[in-house]
Amino acid sequence: MAIQQISVFVENKQGKLVETVKTLAENGINIRAMSIADTKDFGILRMITSDNAKTKEVLSENTVVNTTDVIAVKMADRPGALYKVIDILSKAGVNIEYMYAFTASDALGAYVVFRVDDVPHAQQLMDDNGMQSLNNEDLI
Amino acid sequence: MGNYFQPEIETASREEILAIQNEKIVKQVKHVYENVKYYRDLMDEKGVKPEDIKGVEDIHKLPFLSKADLREAYPYGLLGTDLKNCVRIQSTSGTTGKRVVAFYTQHDVDLWEECCARAIVAAGGSKEDVVQVSYGYGLFTGGAGLHGGSHKVGCLTLPMSSGNTERQIQFMMDLQATILCCTPSYAAYLGESLADKGCKPQDNCLKAGIFGAEPWTEEMRRSIEKSLGIKAYDIYGLTEVSGPGVAFECEAQSGMHINEDHFYAEVIDPDTGEVLPEGSKGELVFTSLDKEGFPLLRYRTRDICILTREKCACGRTHVKMTKPMGRSDDMMIIRGVNVFPSQIEAVLLKEGYTPNYQIEVDRINNSDTFEIKVEMAPEQFSDIVSINQAKEKKLEQAMRTMLGIGPKVRLVPPKTIARSEGKAVRVIDHRKLHD
Repeated sequence: MAIQQISVFVENKQGKLVETVKTLAENGINIRAMSIADTKDFGILRMITSDNAKTKEVLSENTVVNTTDVIAVKMADRPGALYKVIDILSKAGVNIEYMYAFTASDALGAYVVFRVDDVPHAQQLMDDNGMQSLNNEDLI
Repeated sequence: MGNYFQPEIETASREEILAIQNEKIVKQVKHVYENVKYYRDLMDEKGVKPEDIKGVEDIHKLPFLSKADLREAYPYGLLGTDLKNCVRIQSTSGTTGKRVVAFYTQHDVDLWEECCARAIVAAGGSKEDVVQVSYGYGLFTGGAGLHGGSHKVGCLTLPMSSGNTERQIQFMMDLQATILCCTPSYAAYLGESLADKGCKPQDNCLKAGIFGAEPWTEEMRRSIEKSLGIKAYDIYGLTEVSGPGVAFECEAQSGMHINEDHFYAEVIDPDTGEVLPEGSKGELVFTSLDKEGFPLLRYRTRDICILTREKCACGRTHVKMTKPMGRSDDMMIIRGVNVFPSQIEAVLLKEGYTPNYQIEVDRINNSDTFEIKVEMAPEQFSDIVSINQAKEKKLEQAMRTMLGIGPKVRLVPPKTIARSEGKAVRVIDHRKLHD
């Protein structure tokens, strides 16, 4: 099952990122995973949080937020683990828009988040190949 | 005392000028009333008959024309003669995408070119000169006007058009151009480019420049004069009235003489429409006295200036206007192109954006920068960088198509554009264009 990711538009201006992160801290939201894509004029902060609905609500007051489904696939701690996953997606014609890695917790281990053009298909492929992936409940 | 292209008319006494104007206006109003239904309706509505206009002192009785009328009457509604009598069309950008289209008979082209010829001679031009015309050619009146004027004077004319700076400089140096005609910002740019190549101001053969189509300051004039080693003259005009040469500067460099034998000028209060006495600051209004194709009466230019009939050291007797000191509407002139915020708004709505935007204009190294910030709705925002950038590019392209010049577009989150007293600040112009 796919998980939800929150993307936040952050203007490339001093104080903008701190404002966003401060809002999350003040609202008791835990950031499970994140990555930033930056351009000259703006950045896109992508996050998986402990409470996506609340994150969206509190950040929407001051900036643009959107929600996307992504897949967080567990990575075995050995060479070739990432290759195996990407190879499956590639052979099935699923395109990866971007990806980033994170550690969910000591117990859960390392994961890679994939933003793909066909989420249900990618999820099916993971399930069919016995790849473990997170669902929203795992993150609360 | 200087040189004149048409000395009899350029130095005619005030009485002679008035007599010419009075004779022309009576004929012109009758001609317009009989041939231009759009204006006849305006006159009827106001209860003015052609017989009521016995001279220029009665012009104030006539209804105004504005850019909105030109849009309404587009394309043929203000045509003053049969199309088969016209030989030329020129055009300028208008509001909300519709361009202003002006028609010229051969008579109109001739009088326009004569006005430009007067400007060239006032700048010291003669048959001996090589005139480099680096205004854009085409629908824009800049190139065509000065080109025609240069021919009328008998100068060797270099029809360069705008752009391709390398070639401009090569021809300027190799063919020994003596008079340069272009926008002031391009003149400044040419000056810098020459300096970059290690050319000193005395290395070129230029002696004068005729610069217009965009606002510029005295400071900019001094800097251009220094960098090119020339005298820089201002020229004023607008397509609706004919083109460049409606007014031009003489050697006194203290305001532009309006070619009063063709264009009658008034200054009005932009709010009440009341005619203001000489010396007052107000909106410039032109009545064309003898144009045939596109004979606009009392056309509101939206340019703010002052008129003066004080005696000029050059010997010309025609009324002088100051450089425009601003606009009574929200039109901006960016890189020589007329831009209205309403055009930008129209593009945004068409492309599915909210009309929450902010235009920022600056002049860096004598060249205008033009950026538009656009607020986006949450559903327009993507988590993928390239999709957001593609949206910006698409808007830039749509703006370029509408405006004729391309701004840099930046998408910003909602409610980030500064608002003062609840009203969004639409335009931030950092250029100091008016002294």
